[in-house]
Amino acid sequence: MNVIVCVKQVPGTNEVKMNKETNTIIREGAEAIINPFDTYAVEEGVRIKEQTGGKATVISMGIPSVAELLRQTIAVGIDEAVLLSDRAFAGSDSLATSYALSKGINKIGDFDLVICGKQAMDGDTAQVGPGLAEKLGIPHTTYVRKIEEIRKGYIRCQRMTEDGYEVIEMPLPAVITVVKEINEPRLPSLKGMMKAKKAEIRIMTADDIGADKDLCGLKGSPTQVVETFVPVHDVNSEMIEGTPGEQVKRLAEKLLSMKFMTVK
Amino acid sequence: MNYFLTEEQQMIKDLAAKIADEKIKPVALKYDEEGIFPRDIVKVLADSDLFGVYIPEEYGGFGGGIFEMALVVEELSRACGGIALAYAGTGLGTYPIILFGTEEQKAKYLPDIAQGKKLAAFGLTEANAGSDAAGIQTTAKADGDEYILNGTKQWITNGGEAEVYTVIACTDRSKGARGFSAFIVEKGTPGFSFGKKENKMGIRASVTSELVFEDCRIPRENLLAREGMGFLVAMKTLDRTRPGVASQALGIAQGAFDEALKYSGERVQFDKPISSFQAIQHMLADMAIQIEAARCLVYQTCRHIDGGAKSISKESAISKVFASDTAMKVTVDAVQVMGGYGYMKEYPVEKMMRDAKITQIYEGTNQIQRNVIALELIKSQKVSK
Ligand SMILES: Cc1cc2nc3c(=O)[nH]c(=O)nc-3n(C[C@H](O)[C@H](O)[C@H](O)COP(=O)(O)OP(=O)(O)OC[C@H]3O[C@@H](n4cnc5c(N)ncnc54)[C@H](O)[C@@H]3O)c2cc1C
Repeated sequence: MNVIVCVKQVPGTNEVKMNKETNTIIREGAEAIINPFDTYAVEEGVRIKEQTGGKATVISMGIPSVAELLRQTIAVGIDEAVLLSDRAFAGSDSLATSYALSKGINKIGDFDLVICGKQAMDGDTAQVGPGLAEKLGIPHTTYVRKIEEIRKGYIRCQRMTEDGYEVIEMPLPAVITVVKEINEPRLPSLKGMMKAKKAEIRIMTADDIGADKDLCGLKGSPTQVVETFVPVHDVNSEMIEGTPGEQVKRLAEKLLSMKFMTVK
Repeated sequence: MNYFLTEEQQMIKDLAAKIADEKIKPVALKYDEEGIFPRDIVKVLADSDLFGVYIPEEYGGFGGGIFEMALVVEELSRACGGIALAYAGTGLGTYPIILFGTEEQKAKYLPDIAQGKKLAAFGLTEANAGSDAAGIQTTAKADGDEYILNGTKQWITNGGEAEVYTVIACTDRSKGARGFSAFIVEKGTPGFSFGKKENKMGIRASVTSELVFEDCRIPRENLLAREGMGFLVAMKTLDRTRPGVASQALGIAQGAFDEALKYSGERVQFDKPISSFQAIQHMLADMAIQIEAARCLVYQTCRHIDGGAKSISKESAISKVFASDTAMKVTVDAVQVMGGYGYMKEYPVEKMMRDAKITQIYEGTNQIQRNVIALELIKSQKVSK
């Protein structure tokens, strides 16, 4: 079975720097890592390939340096890595990203399953997986925590919900997004690292994948980010001590004095 | 310091470091406390291919040498010297086969060891033969196509967990150490069992057991080298693997130093971090000096050995003594820097101090190493006269 895994580069720190003009994340300079949620997608892709035979490919859209990051996925068992990189892709929102990835995936072709992480750690939208399925015209399931069965043309999986899980069957090809409960990603092996070092990362431009540039990048992104800011937490809290009785008394006095409560 | 490792060596070191930080550190204190043999970590190491770094390529390894092994041991020991010993002890049990094995023996045993499917162990020491290894009593008697082993080996690292054992026994008692021979014994051979499991001060995640041979019959083809070469097999092996113990010591020292340095910046007394006190600063500086000096010595000794130098006994002894004495001193100082917290089991340096001690004792005590070094020095004087 052939699996394609979508991965995204995200900043490795919590201190995300923003470009004030475009309201997008500055990716250059910051330590880059693979979106942690995507590492579960990579592991699941590799496991499916190992169990069923076939090929596991990763695809990412990003700046040229992402190619180096994709080598890490080869070190843990991915067969081939494809990077969509073109100025035309710059400034993509989740719609434009879904579009570009769908074109890239169609270009790679011959796949049974596309796996994404449940969301990216930086944008946190969780939209690209489902968006991608729409663009590809195939079904999808989000928040998959276990694949119960997978064979040619069929998948049955558990979709995590707030108070349990649903069992979902779909025909393949399809898209799933996975949660961290699905597996424990392996560490790289030395043989994998050697292979990764020598591997050729295929870089494809908008033209290579036949993408309509009006649907790519900033142009293809209807999302308007008006402002970005780090929320300020300056709440002063006061701990009320004492026995429960004293605490209630003091709290009531406080609420009365602040006119949140009145005595009738 | 930049040691200009090759790209492959750096990769090996980085991978071992990742395993140490992500897999070993979280379990090190528990496995120590409860004396748990780290089968799960052995599996991780096996999947990572690190067991093969010092095994020739034709037998499924990476074709590196003692340096590659030492880099792995150092990094693993930074997180836990005991867990690292499952790996290093396998190296000690495997080197006799690498150095003296026939084609057939290598083809039979090395691939599984390289893949981490089998651990190995080395059995020399007995109750009455420690430093004086020439005093061993275990016998191997030729009988047709077989040898019959009788006797008990004591304090054997990986005993019971390993599948492959290199064992030194007397084939001809009248010849003393010249009458020793080395054998490969597989776990499960009738007449081969495991006795007492030791309860130790440190490296408690490593298993140390007795090997008991009672009319244990092994095929003749399990003889390593020739009859009478057993003592040489043991000494040549130990000459080569001592930098492994040195790198274990180095890793323990580095681990303790890292903890002490971090703590010194966080612990506040007299309204200041303790790292602002010169007494602490100098202790930290001295620790760093000794560790770096030990690393230079260990790495260069490995290069000396792997580069094919003829005489390696003195050099490997020097690296073992210096690194293990460093580990002892650094871990004691790390506890001192951390004060009462350092003495508590909630913090890792207490364990590291216990773990460091063994590196001054096994694979030849530091006194014996100094004997070896001095003897070589005196010999060189006689030659030059
Ligand atoms: C945890 C552990 C794991 C081990 N693993 C293995 C293993 O896997 N395989 C194996 O074969 N062995 C193993 N050993 C045995 C180890 O190598 C011996 O303990 C070591 O060689 C010292 O021998 P001994 O303990 O009998 O000490 P002894 O030889 O009794 O020495 C006692 C003291 O006397 C000193 N001394 C002895 N002779 C001299 C001398 N001539 N000059 C100056 N000082 C001297 C020593 O330095 C030491 O301080 C292990 C030991 C331990 C504790």
